[in-house]
Amino acid sequence: MFDIERWQEILDTIRKNKLRTFLTGLSVASGIFILVILLGFGQGFRNGIAHEFAQDAATSVWVWPGTTTKEYKGLNPGRNIELRNADFEFSGELLKEDIELKSPRIFVRNVSVNYGNEALVYSVQGVSYQFQQIENEKISDGRFISYQDEVNTAKVAVIGNKIARDVFHDLDTPVGEFIDISGIPFKIIGSFTETEDREEERIFIPVTTAQRVFNGGDRLNNLAYTLPMAQSFDEAVARSVKFRSRLLAYLQQVHTVHPDDSNAIFIWSALEEAKRYYSLTDNIKLFFWFVGICTIIAGVVGVSNIMLIVVRERTKEIGIRKALGARPWSIVGMILHESIFITAISGFAGLILSMGLLEILGPHIEVDYIMNPSVNFSVAVSTVFVLVLAGAVAGFFPAWRAANIHTIDALRDE
Amino acid sequence: MIEIKELHKSYKMGANSLHVLKGLNFSIKEGELVAIMGSSGSGKSTLLNILGMLDEADSGEYTLDGVPIKNLNETKAAKYRNKFLGFVFQSFNLINYKSALENVALPLYYQKVPRKQREEKALKYLEQVGLKEWAEHLPNELSGGQKQRVAIARAMAAEPKVLLADEPTGALDSKTSYEVMDLIQKINDQGNTILVVTHEEDIAHMCKRIVHLKDGVIVEDKKVEQVRASQYV
Repeated sequence: MFDIERWQEILDTIRKNKLRTFLTGLSVASGIFILVILLGFGQGFRNGIAHEFAQDAATSVWVWPGTTTKEYKGLNPGRNIELRNADFEFSGELLKEDIELKSPRIFVRNVSVNYGNEALVYSVQGVSYQFQQIENEKISDGRFISYQDEVNTAKVAVIGNKIARDVFHDLDTPVGEFIDISGIPFKIIGSFTETEDREEERIFIPVTTAQRVFNGGDRLNNLAYTLPMAQSFDEAVARSVKFRSRLLAYLQQVHTVHPDDSNAIFIWSALEEAKRYYSLTDNIKLFFWFVGICTIIAGVVGVSNIMLIVVRERTKEIGIRKALGARPWSIVGMILHESIFITAISGFAGLILSMGLLEILGPHIEVDYIMNPSVNFSVAVSTVFVLVLAGAVAGFFPAWRAANIHTIDALRDE
Repeated sequence: MIEIKELHKSYKMGANSLHVLKGLNFSIKEGELVAIMGSSGSGKSTLLNILGMLDEADSGEYTLDGVPIKNLNETKAAKYRNKFLGFVFQSFNLINYKSALENVALPLYYQKVPRKQREEKALKYLEQVGLKEWAEHLPNELSGGQKQRVAIARAMAAEPKVLLADEPTGALDSKTSYEVMDLIQKINDQGNTILVVTHEEDIAHMCKRIVHLKDGVIVEDKKVEQVRASQYV
């Protein structure tokens, strides 16, 4: 391996057989290149999904009502289910240990919103003080609705930053301004940012105010919860599944809904959704690995093929070398040394090229569900080693056979 | 230098066995220039291959420079070839991607001579065959006679005990043949032992002794008056 004479002999041979060397190298380098790019995008896909789910609290659970489709206990199908304050309070009490944060939500409909003479077309939602954390809203100015606001049914509002930009752009801050909702002035106490513009086009007021001022009674539109974080993802999913089924059972019982009626009460769990996506990305990753390994196998077959041809082409040269006193092992060593050298160099060239490409282009890729494709360096390096090893093994047998052909037969080879 | 006794060799051709060498006996002393003659199929190439350890006899004894040559494996044969023998082939057998100089230096590589000395020595032998100016040329840039001279230089570079030439002039026209034979005679004049296999009468008469093979037996073994090739050049 460290025989300088051998190295000179091999470098000589490589220098004088450029095309052969180039073709061998190309098949190895492209195999590695394709594998790394594929793996990179598999990871990018995973990153993208993880990013999408980072928007809302990862453990949030949402409830919204629907319409019954099954007859149950003498009640007709087609009944609209309405959530009440009691549902929120009792479910919160019943499942207290499993809940981290909770908030009801009510959509205030058919109201006009005005700022001075300007009519605003934004949705108004009544929420509780914990809603901010459930939806991951970041307060950029002022504060969110507080518990005190709820108790006092304060006429305060928190607006999204898009509203602040569109309506209050002349002011340093919208905080302290008043907007009229159905003619009732609400004081703006804060503004928030969200990941998407659409989610910044909302005005939050305390849920108690929304019910009292806008004749909401004790109706609610949504119940929102977050669950405490668990040790592992799977454990969190298991807890979420359990929580969901208990919550559903409770609500179905309270509203006299058939246990199999899937249209009466909807419960959406971010974790379970995430799990579906994660298992999807796992499958995609598996698929990319499969394609990548097939690529590597194709590379190995390519390398062994070339080795076979190289040995075939050099049979006569091997005969000459043997007639001049080369031992079989020195022939095998020479051929393997050369092939390992070429596959290693070109393998690492493909690796550096593809990783460089991912490194340079990766952060600029802005497609939904693909983010910052990258690849695990040690995985990539080990694939290069696998390819080099496979090339060596594949090259060994023809080399060994050629080295052991009778010198006389090798010399006759044309 | 070379000593053979009762050498037999047969080849299997399917179900039949072809008896090529039928008990040969002869010896060659140091400094001899011997021609082995015979028509094709007489067994002369087989004999040369056995002498060159490229092939193995079925039975009989073969002693080279006092060393009994038997039970050869490829590694051992390679070692002996490198140490004792130089080959010159009809088809030159130069490595076509190596320059003349590198071809001549190749046997020295297998003798583990350092690169610098290899090149010096190779250049010296190229000079002897009159091709010093062609050292950097590839074989396909050389004429047939030049190629054979490179091959002879290569065979001599390893400083072998015996030079084995298998139809060295077989692929050359007569003028070039005589040039090559002139070179072989000069090398012999320096005291080297040389064996030439040929089927050409005039080439054989440029040697000092002719061994005539026919159907696997020696029919004639005579000393001849050497014709100097230089008079035709």
